[in-house]
Amino acid sequence: MKWSLNAIARLGRLFLDGAQHAGSMAFFALELAWVLIPTWSRPRDIFQQIYAAGVLSLVIILVAGGFVGLVLGLQGYNILSNFNASESLGVMVALSLVRELGPVVAALLFAGRAGSAITAEIALMKTTEQLAALEMMAIDPMRRVIGPRFWGAMISVPLLAAMFSLVGIVGGYLIGVVVLGVDQASYWGQIREQMEAWDDVAGGAIKSLAFGAVIALISVYEGYRAEPTASGMARATTQTVVLSSLAVLGLDFVMTAFMFGA
Amino acid sequence: MNNSRTNTDMIELDGVTFSRGAQVIFDGVDMRFGRGEVTVVLGPSGTGKTTLLRLIGGQVRPTNGRVLVDGAEVARARRKALYLLRRRMGVLFQNGALFTDLTVGENVAFPLRAHSRLDEALIRRIVLFKLEAVGLRSARDKYPGELSGGMARRAALARAMALDPEIMLYDEPFAGQDPVSMGVLLRLIRRLNDALGLTSIVVTHDVTEAMSIADRVIVIAGGRVIGQGTPEEVRAQREQEPALAQFLDGAADGPLNAAEEEIPLSADLGLRGER
Repeated sequence: MKWSLNAIARLGRLFLDGAQHAGSMAFFALELAWVLIPTWSRPRDIFQQIYAAGVLSLVIILVAGGFVGLVLGLQGYNILSNFNASESLGVMVALSLVRELGPVVAALLFAGRAGSAITAEIALMKTTEQLAALEMMAIDPMRRVIGPRFWGAMISVPLLAAMFSLVGIVGGYLIGVVVLGVDQASYWGQIREQMEAWDDVAGGAIKSLAFGAVIALISVYEGYRAEPTASGMARATTQTVVLSSLAVLGLDFVMTAFMFGA
Repeated sequence: MNNSRTNTDMIELDGVTFSRGAQVIFDGVDMRFGRGEVTVVLGPSGTGKTTLLRLIGGQVRPTNGRVLVDGAEVARARRKALYLLRRRMGVLFQNGALFTDLTVGENVAFPLRAHSRLDEALIRRIVLFKLEAVGLRSARDKYPGELSGGMARRAALARAMALDPEIMLYDEPFAGQDPVSMGVLLRLIRRLNDALGLTSIVVTHDVTEAMSIADRVIVIAGGRVIGQGTPEEVRAQREQEPALAQFLDGAADGPLNAAEEEIPLSADLGLRGER
């Protein structure tokens, strides 16, 4: 009896904590929205963050994209050749990457590589009173620290996803055409014929833009609200990766259902 | 009307109450900080000395009562007015709070670049001048990580002075300093205050050192003011206030740690007493 009551109480607390977290993040998002445009009065700050978050993530994104393309080429060839349809390999690889794998995998990798770094950096600035120092210098940390990092992450994710897909398609080409002997003209030709600019390319771009916004928001929020201790920082960075990954996967399902479902 | 208010006070606290959750940090305190004076706020750790500075800087709002800086109520100020007010304050944070990705020189230049349209050559001169004032001109190209604790604090002091504030707030400036750099900081605080006509508030628990440079001393403990006046006056008040005497003497037993003994050890250990 007591045990089951405790379990229910714990469930309730979990729910309340979750609701509180979501609520405080929503308020934070409003506060952030207020400074997003003024942040552009210092474009250099934003370009610096695009470099730190985006350019420095290029290696992991490109390598991962290449491998995913290679694997897609191999697996796709094995399945398609059962149906004598191996000339469709190109479009299969391209559609998988542009619609799904590019936006999703790039976003997951970005959350681990750059999102956690953004959280850690902001949390450390908070722990060492650098944010308080900014406030007392009459400089708004939202504008100066949080805004540029949000923009940097949000702009980087779609660009990285595009590069991920591009490298992946080349990887599929290497395995399919160069190694396994699929006809080169049909690999590229089918991609050109069957891929739709709006449905496929724009759909993927919209997805990764949304993923970028969500990861950026979670990363800066977790850093800004981190408990100013060593364990608080550790929790915040972990939380960024976990929440971002779950949010990306969940959002991906919802967006896919709306865009490609019917 | 408040009779005790005179225009020589730069900062006033009127019946300020501040609580965090159930914990009451200030319980209706009144304080005055005179213009042009160095006021030292003393008190045991955890009595809300840092909170006092955050109240003055408008980073937290009092639950009750008013905090006035140069006649303006901080908690009522709108964002813009608050930011204008903060430009007149310099804060030396406990650990310096230097921006770790900028050099010392860039740290000092930071508030200047943010708030003025001075050209680079002039900013360079101001930075050198400020660093010279704290004896760190040669460290301008170093990163905060390469400085000793005392140097970092002086660099942070130079940054806090960059915008020529009228009010300087020092949060535990002597914590963790060796005797030499402590002496340097003490003299610096006094000298800057007198040379630039500042109003300085030094929050600390180093009794004798801080008393030596103070014009006025305020001692807080347990959410209230237990002594204030010139250093001599505060020393004279110890007769009426046992807590003050204990704090000034650094005695191990007295009213300040009475709370510790309220709950008998046996109760905390879960013993039922002798039966």
